[in-house]
Amino acid sequence: MSSNGTSGPATPSGASSSGGPAGATSVGTLEPKAAGTHRLPGYDPAAPLLQVEDLQVRFPTSDGLVNAVRGVSYTLRSGEVLGIVGESGSGKSVTSLAIMGLLPPSAQVTGSIRFRGQELLGRNDRDLARVRGKGVSMIFQDPMTSLDPVYRVGYQIEETLRVHDRKLSSKAASARAVELLELVGIPNASGRVRSYPHEFSGGMRQRVVIAIAMANQPDVIIADEPTTALDVTVQAQILEVLDTALEETGAAMVLITHDLGVVAGVADRVLVMYAGRPVEIGSVEDIYYEPRMPYSLGLLGSLPRVDLGGRQRLTPIVGSPPSLVNMPPGCPFGPRCPLHIDDCDAAEPPLIEVGTGHTAACIRTEEVAKAHGDAAHVFDESSTDDQLGEAAYPTDLATSPEAERDAAVPGTPPPDQTEPAAAATPRHAAGPTSSAGDLV
Amino acid sequence: MSAPATERPAVRTGEPILTVRGLEKHFPIKGGGLIRRTVGAVRAVDGVDLDLYPGEVLGLVGESGCGKSTTGRAILNLQPATAGSVVFDGREIVGLNRKQMRPLRRDIQIVFQDPYASLNPRLPVFDIVAEPLIIHGLTKNNTELRTRVRELVEMVGLNPEHTNRYPSEFSGGQRQRIGIARALALQPKVLVLDEPVSALDVSIQAGVINLLEDLRDQLNLSYLFIAHDLSVVRHISDRVAVMYLGRIIEVADRDDLFERPAHPYTQALLSAIPLPDPRRERERQRIIITGDVPSPANPPSGCRFRTRCQKFANQLDDAQRQKCIDVEPQLEDRGAGHPNACHYAEVLQVL
Repeated sequence: MSSNGTSGPATPSGASSSGGPAGATSVGTLEPKAAGTHRLPGYDPAAPLLQVEDLQVRFPTSDGLVNAVRGVSYTLRSGEVLGIVGESGSGKSVTSLAIMGLLPPSAQVTGSIRFRGQELLGRNDRDLARVRGKGVSMIFQDPMTSLDPVYRVGYQIEETLRVHDRKLSSKAASARAVELLELVGIPNASGRVRSYPHEFSGGMRQRVVIAIAMANQPDVIIADEPTTALDVTVQAQILEVLDTALEETGAAMVLITHDLGVVAGVADRVLVMYAGRPVEIGSVEDIYYEPRMPYSLGLLGSLPRVDLGGRQRLTPIVGSPPSLVNMPPGCPFGPRCPLHIDDCDAAEPPLIEVGTGHTAACIRTEEVAKAHGDAAHVFDESSTDDQLGEAAYPTDLATSPEAERDAAVPGTPPPDQTEPAAAATPRHAAGPTSSAGDLV
Repeated sequence: MSAPATERPAVRTGEPILTVRGLEKHFPIKGGGLIRRTVGAVRAVDGVDLDLYPGEVLGLVGESGCGKSTTGRAILNLQPATAGSVVFDGREIVGLNRKQMRPLRRDIQIVFQDPYASLNPRLPVFDIVAEPLIIHGLTKNNTELRTRVRELVEMVGLNPEHTNRYPSEFSGGQRQRIGIARALALQPKVLVLDEPVSALDVSIQAGVINLLEDLRDQLNLSYLFIAHDLSVVRHISDRVAVMYLGRIIEVADRDDLFERPAHPYTQALLSAIPLPDPRRERERQRIIITGDVPSPANPPSGCRFRTRCQKFANQLDDAQRQKCIDVEPQLEDRGAGHPNACHYAEVLQVL
């Protein structure tokens, strides 16, 4: 919170959260009560910071509903870093876009997303605009496209500041913009505020994006693959900057990534997603050293390790993720799982408690526990990948509804495909597949 | 270290199958105005020396923009080199025209990074894999062609019944396998793999890496494995060359490079990789280098890495620094047991 102090009277962002008086002097068009704050009806400072309950997102396509997110529930506590990992198409980005209210209007979102007790789902854009950037802010994956190419970066930071504090003078705003750029490590910040995004390298642009995200001292920062587009040396720099941002703002963070290394270093808790659902939630040590869900174990086993010598054989997970159009009953990971038994196909397993604060969606967690994180114990190293040729694969489901549509039509599915040949004979999905309301 | 089952002995025997000396690829920068004169050059590859031995996997790593992909393409003469020499099996490649290149293409093939862009979307998989066979006239009749394509498709772990489908009906991992099958159609001796797994998800990536390892053992291929992911490179390579701004700055046997890196850039690169192991990851001391890669159109004088070098910034005195500014360090052994290009190279364990 030190930047709050240094910025002095110019940015009364700390004061504004005390409500009334600061807002009352505002000449803005918002009703006095809410001006300058990010409060919506139902605000409760004692409530958990961010509470997502049974979030479901469906995209209608010509082949039926694509169930991109099928019951995500989690609670983000203050000061915590929650890592969400999963492969492309697992619904991790869609989840965060739903929280920010940035999904296209065609998306059908149900469930509940509460920020400090305030329900965000179903709010109109104007209400959400008060929360975005101030209560919850977001860092997007691609720094090349998340800045507006026709405005100077300084202006883009000032805009974020002034939209939440209408009586902030332009002079104070630009001073604060320089300060923010210094904070994220941009050399010669006072000169660089007048640059356009194309004058920056990828890493520098991502720093600007982080500066915008932290500009209003948000309570939650959602970082969606913040370092994926960057080189490894720049990634290390950006992770440091993110760390600074968290220290400065005291915010909690949801870090979405597919890089298990990044999560290992930053996150306190980890949520593993597969086919639109969390399949394991636990502390970072639980997930990495004692995973209980075969998928988490498989992910760790298919990762080449730079710190271990020798030429260990990787243990790939055979097959590919299921199509999210018509999910077969039972565990979505079943067709790829080496521990698959007939019971797995009966119903989608709920998240069951396997330890303190550690839950996994698997009926054979005892078997997985025996591996103690060694994937070779469960996954057959010499397993052939022949099955890869058998499954239609939904590509990059998470990115956009466009992609959803493409993915939903993977051509004629192979006759021997493990899941029902749904794509060829589209019929509407029979509602949400097994309700995940039993998540903790 | 627990599974040394697939550990292979060092393969560097006999003559290199591919020798690259002083390879340069400069892209001209045209000025504005009516007469677009060349006003400079992007020195993408600026004097690269490499040796690839039969049956060896040579990893070529570096950050984006360091010229590793351009090196791969210049070796294949897909982008003609500006200067230098590439000798494959005793034959000079640089300067050959398309027609002269064609017989050589049977022996050197490439697998591209993006499986979505490198396959013709209008051709069914059968035609994609069969095309090189037809062009080179390697099969006598249709039956033989079919059998051969079937073999290839099976070899890369795809279902041969699916060859009448189009690339769009396959996933990223499967498409990459199609690209590999196409590259193997001519039974090449050397494969240039240009970031073959970086577009794939982790669980899919592991399958393709295993496939590449198996194929190398079965067919005794040599790979030039270009990648930015050092974990993958450590996994698959026998030797590793690190590139920075168009030059090789360190080359060593795999474990030597990862356990005893001597160049400050290699050290920073290794130390920046996040480990999927929370305890180790949190205990590590990171070397964080500042800034971005300088423009290859105007590389720094002397040592190219000095603008970002933590050693140059923190440890050296002014006289030593002057040497970095004035003298370009050559790639030679400075007591680390392998060649590196740093005047003040010092082995440092960072992993």
